[in-house]
Amino acid sequence: MLHQIFVDPFLQMADMPDFLLQVIWEGFVAGVLYALIALGFVLIFKASGVFNFAQGIMVVFAGLTLVGLHEAGVPAYLALALAISVMALLAIAVERFVMRPLVNQPDIILLMSTIGMTYFLIGLGEFVFGGEPKKMITRELGLPTGSTEIEIGEQGLVILQHIDIAAAVIAIIMVSALALFFNKTRIGRALRAVADDHQAAQSVGISLNQIWAIVWFAAGIVALATGIMWGARSDVSFALEIVALKALPVLILGGFTSIPGAIVGGLIIGIGEKIGEIYWGPLVGGGIESWLAYMIALIFLLFRPQGLFGERIIERV
Amino acid sequence: MNRHVDPRQALPQPDGIATGEVLLDVRNVSLRFGGVKAITDISFDIRKGEIRAIIGPNGAGKTSMLNVINGFYTPQEGSIVFRGKERKKIAPYEAAASGIARTFQNVALFKGMSTLDNIMAGRTLAMHRNFFWQLIYYGPALREEIANRRKVEEIIDFLEIQHIRKVPVGRLPYGLQKRVELGRALAAEPALLLLDEPMAGMNLEEKEDMSRFILDVNSQFGTTIALIEHDMGVVMDISDRVVVLDYGRKIGDGTPEEVKSSQEVIDAYLGVSH
Repeated sequence: MLHQIFVDPFLQMADMPDFLLQVIWEGFVAGVLYALIALGFVLIFKASGVFNFAQGIMVVFAGLTLVGLHEAGVPAYLALALAISVMALLAIAVERFVMRPLVNQPDIILLMSTIGMTYFLIGLGEFVFGGEPKKMITRELGLPTGSTEIEIGEQGLVILQHIDIAAAVIAIIMVSALALFFNKTRIGRALRAVADDHQAAQSVGISLNQIWAIVWFAAGIVALATGIMWGARSDVSFALEIVALKALPVLILGGFTSIPGAIVGGLIIGIGEKIGEIYWGPLVGGGIESWLAYMIALIFLLFRPQGLFGERIIERV
Repeated sequence: MNRHVDPRQALPQPDGIATGEVLLDVRNVSLRFGGVKAITDISFDIRKGEIRAIIGPNGAGKTSMLNVINGFYTPQEGSIVFRGKERKKIAPYEAAASGIARTFQNVALFKGMSTLDNIMAGRTLAMHRNFFWQLIYYGPALREEIANRRKVEEIIDFLEIQHIRKVPVGRLPYGLQKRVELGRALAAEPALLLLDEPMAGMNLEEKEDMSRFILDVNSQFGTTIALIEHDMGVVMDISDRVVVLDYGRKIGDGTPEEVKSSQEVIDAYLGVSH
């Protein structure tokens, strides 16, 4: 038994290194997408302290809008521009009708309001675009398809899907752009200022309403990118919303307020669950991919509740 | 060094001397929280270029008064005239845009950010490039950033905090945090600077430094200052005029000498048997 748990899986890994690489690559790509979803959560949490339960459905909604518009005959790039505008409108609406009336309410009320938004967006999405899964317009958007095979050693082989490479590249660009924006610009500074102290931020002339609209818009853009990438791997459907909940363990691992944390957490969860599934899954009859991430998160909650990169919670009395 | 040297005596042409023109006029302001009366029918004015102290025992309504002036609270009655314009209700960021900057009783800095970023945040209103320029961060947005950075460096030099430029402010000692907060307020180049207990919790040396900075700000930049302070020595030394509050009412108003000799003020501070 012990042999099966602690020795056997590693022998298998050493036995077929190319297969191990393939598994890690698959996990890496999934991890990048988890990280993107988690990034959407982090943006809103940092600036407003709201845990945005609706981030998952925003991913679906953004993807559906894009595909739906294209189905209705709008050219792909125009549809993309329109989908971005829809996310901007959504951000303004959320600020005006949800955040502003609920300002200074306890966190739990704001959380509940985002759950409400989730159901509103599910209803709206089904009403406008229908409930069936749709195919992502990968080719029309100029995203690569096909795959590359890399030979490793004598007869090893790793297959890289081009869309996965594109997803990783786009995610890296988005994350670096956001990090730069946060650290270097006036609005980025204002965002961090609001995150640190609402009153002080207002006293230097920062409008909370404007900042909230901007973060929700940024989270909307991240959602759209996630929707496109994830939609290209499977389909655009409401089932994606469940996948988006994987961002929870990612956030617990990385810390709710840290952008690097979201990325590292996403990669650890993505790679960890793939390796766990392939090498340890058979011991319990498989299917551990769906819960392993939550187990890891639980263990983290016990020993390091602020996450890997989260701000240390220090209470001064 | 003498206690609280007045730099106005040393400077040839001080800009900071009160001109008599009224900058801010508080007219019959009353503020209630439910049944609790925080401020009752208070009127006073702040003249351009002066240092105006607001004093009074704990709970007298001093901080509430500042909160009314910078828009955190909206008074139920009365009005405030700033730079000749009367306003009823104003959002804090609008008050900031109209030229009012402030510091807080309990330091309210952006703890995760460096000294430099905190003071840069104070220049929010001086920077106008919109969201999309900022996204591109090239050309006008970058030039604007550099121009404002220069201004911020001047403030950092002025407050003698060069050595902590890159340190996250959460790690700084209390006295320095107070100084950074003053820097952030100064960065907006305000017409009226509100200081809520700028010397609370400081030792003598820190108090002397802070007094010097306040006087320098007043004389070199010509900034009008309203401050709340408990240390009577400091108040009497640096302020031009003093308004005294007690239980939300005004009980004294005038030069430090006048206020010091007012029986009502003495009673409020020392207590009196009724």
